[in-house]
Amino acid sequence: MLSNLRTLLRHRTLIQTLVVRDLKARYRGSILGFFWSFANPLLLLMVYTFVFSVVLPARFPGVDENYALFLFCGLLPWIWLSSSLTEAANSLLAGGNLIKKVLFPAEVLPIVAVAANMVHFFLALPILFLALLLFASSTPAFSELLWLPVVVLVQFVLTLGFALIFAAMTVHFRDIKDILANLLTLWFFATPILYPTALVSERGPSIANFPPLGKILIDLNPFTHLAISYQEILFYDGPYGHWKWLLLLAGVSVVLFIGAYGLFDRLRDTFAEEV
Amino acid sequence: MSDPAITIRNVSKRYRRYAHRRQFSTLKSALLTGSLTSALNPDEVFLAVSELSLAVPKGISLGVIGRNGSGKSTLLKLIAGITKPTTGTIKVAGRVSALIELGAGFHPEISGRENVFINGVMLGLSKREITRRFDEIVEFAELEEFIDAPVKTYSSGMYMRLGFAVAVNVNPDVLLVDEVLAVGDEGFSLKCLDKFSEFKRRGKTIVLVTHGLGMVEHFCDEAIWIDGGKLKSKGDPRRVVHSYTSDVQKREEHVLSSADQKLQAAVSGPTQSEPEHSADQSVMRESPPEDMFRAAQGRWGSGPVRIDRVVLERNGKVTHIFQSGDQLAIKLSVSTERPVKDFVFGISIFNPDGICCYGTNTDIEDFLPLEMIGEGQVVFVVENLDLVEGTYKIDVAAHTRQGVQYDYHRLLYTFRVKSGIKDTGIFRPRHRWTFSPNVRFA
Repeated sequence: MLSNLRTLLRHRTLIQTLVVRDLKARYRGSILGFFWSFANPLLLLMVYTFVFSVVLPARFPGVDENYALFLFCGLLPWIWLSSSLTEAANSLLAGGNLIKKVLFPAEVLPIVAVAANMVHFFLALPILFLALLLFASSTPAFSELLWLPVVVLVQFVLTLGFALIFAAMTVHFRDIKDILANLLTLWFFATPILYPTALVSERGPSIANFPPLGKILIDLNPFTHLAISYQEILFYDGPYGHWKWLLLLAGVSVVLFIGAYGLFDRLRDTFAEEV
Repeated sequence: MSDPAITIRNVSKRYRRYAHRRQFSTLKSALLTGSLTSALNPDEVFLAVSELSLAVPKGISLGVIGRNGSGKSTLLKLIAGITKPTTGTIKVAGRVSALIELGAGFHPEISGRENVFINGVMLGLSKREITRRFDEIVEFAELEEFIDAPVKTYSSGMYMRLGFAVAVNVNPDVLLVDEVLAVGDEGFSLKCLDKFSEFKRRGKTIVLVTHGLGMVEHFCDEAIWIDGGKLKSKGDPRRVVHSYTSDVQKREEHVLSSADQKLQAAVSGPTQSEPEHSADQSVMRESPPEDMFRAAQGRWGSGPVRIDRVVLERNGKVTHIFQSGDQLAIKLSVSTERPVKDFVFGISIFNPDGICCYGTNTDIEDFLPLEMIGEGQVVFVVENLDLVEGTYKIDVAAHTRQGVQYDYHRLLYTFRVKSGIKDTGIFRPRHRWTFSPNVRFA
């Protein structure tokens, strides 16, 4: 297990090379090329702004007319997670040639999927910052921004864990690809991205001394804490107060990653035959 | 030198056989049957490699031969570490490079140059090593002009050449090659062979899976023959190749004779019931033989003379495989319902292109028919079958001197001619070469 994790470090050149290849290949042949990495989030922001300020004006307490910006703070990291998982689930099947015909460390493929989407997330961040500078009532404080790398790191480890599990399982059960697509939609709506946390955390019956059911569910959802962290750091004024949850999630993510890697490792020898 | 480069001990590889109902195991079925983690069902597995032990000494080139599906490639993948043995152990000393699929992992959208780097990293080279060898790789692949074009624009030959060039430049201690020399043109194949020879000179170990038996004989120091996942023979390449080819011939004989039998069962008895055939017949009666030669295989005729059985023999032994120059006897068992006074027997031999190599009949050769009663035999013997290698088909016929068909068998019988010499054409005339003393050969 540990030695495997060490070889993973040895593969970083390979991972880096493949991420660069993925990014290069993605926009090869399109006229705007790499510019799409900026254009895509910009267009997305424009669409959401239009929908939620003209078509269905959304009013949530504490969010007001900057709803599109609020949404965007949670949506960009969500896109990173969901495209990573979708791609990772398919990565071993798509890279079947490598696994069947070359001595190739299989875990590299889902990791590359997560890393490549992280780069896209990074490329979209400047658009978000620019929008925050232009339209937000206040810009995020520097002391808050220091937390941002931590949030990103936690999300990276968490996504890796899920990616390894889905990648390994999809090889054996092709159904997961379809289940995953729907699961991600459900997960998206169950996470306070479209709406502020307060909206659901007070809902549902509360039994005895327990908090309301809505709060329990939303606290159990790992992405809640990431979304809230992004929103608090980037969108809301005031100090970042969610850090305890974030550190807890960091611990959970590390455990998940190690467990996922163990599972992946156990199934590794079956990939070459099942892909 | 004492330690072998590859040590294989009692290795078996079990694969799941995909039975029809489990072609895709689904999450649902796994949950329903509770087989999520259950062991493999014994009747759904087969052994691709079974109880195989082998030691490959350092610095030799080992040829691996065997029929399709005999487990050669599985063995190679096991040595490469791509799949793990179900039981047994494999030890390989040093760095392995496997030429199993060339250019696996090339991305079609990006340039050859970038793909060389990525492929090199995948195969375990560092960026610096690749930079150092880059020119050599490109030159070897003969792709100087195209190296900056996306790989999707490459021809399959170019693709393979680039893949090969990267893989051999990994500088392995053990090189595993799986039937990759079939790619590329003659010139490139020779270059690959040169590269292999260079590896050999440098004391590297090579394992070569191939159907090119000549290559095994000329290039390899040792050969193994694998059949059904088991080691059937091992040792001197010439000896192993010889025992393999004689086994192949036996199987071929079996295949040809059963195919012949099936064909003859399909066309039973001289009938005119099938319109296609009677149409042929009417054409045949009036037209020159060129038209007849276009007819597909079949049997037609109006009797009363019938050809009941046709057997091919060499020196009295029934066979379908002949060496060029062997004796060929075509034995017709014939019968007639009533005595006839007008009969001709004919035979034609066709090569795979449908060209009539030779055709004759008793009438042309001035046998004047007197009478035929009951059952009999007609034997046509070619003392020296001087045909080049290939698969040939035979027409046999009984008809009147005017050409009215009694019984015509069109392309129903097959035989194969084998030859060590790969000459071309149809007929091999008996020949010799002479040279003046100043024209010398080794």
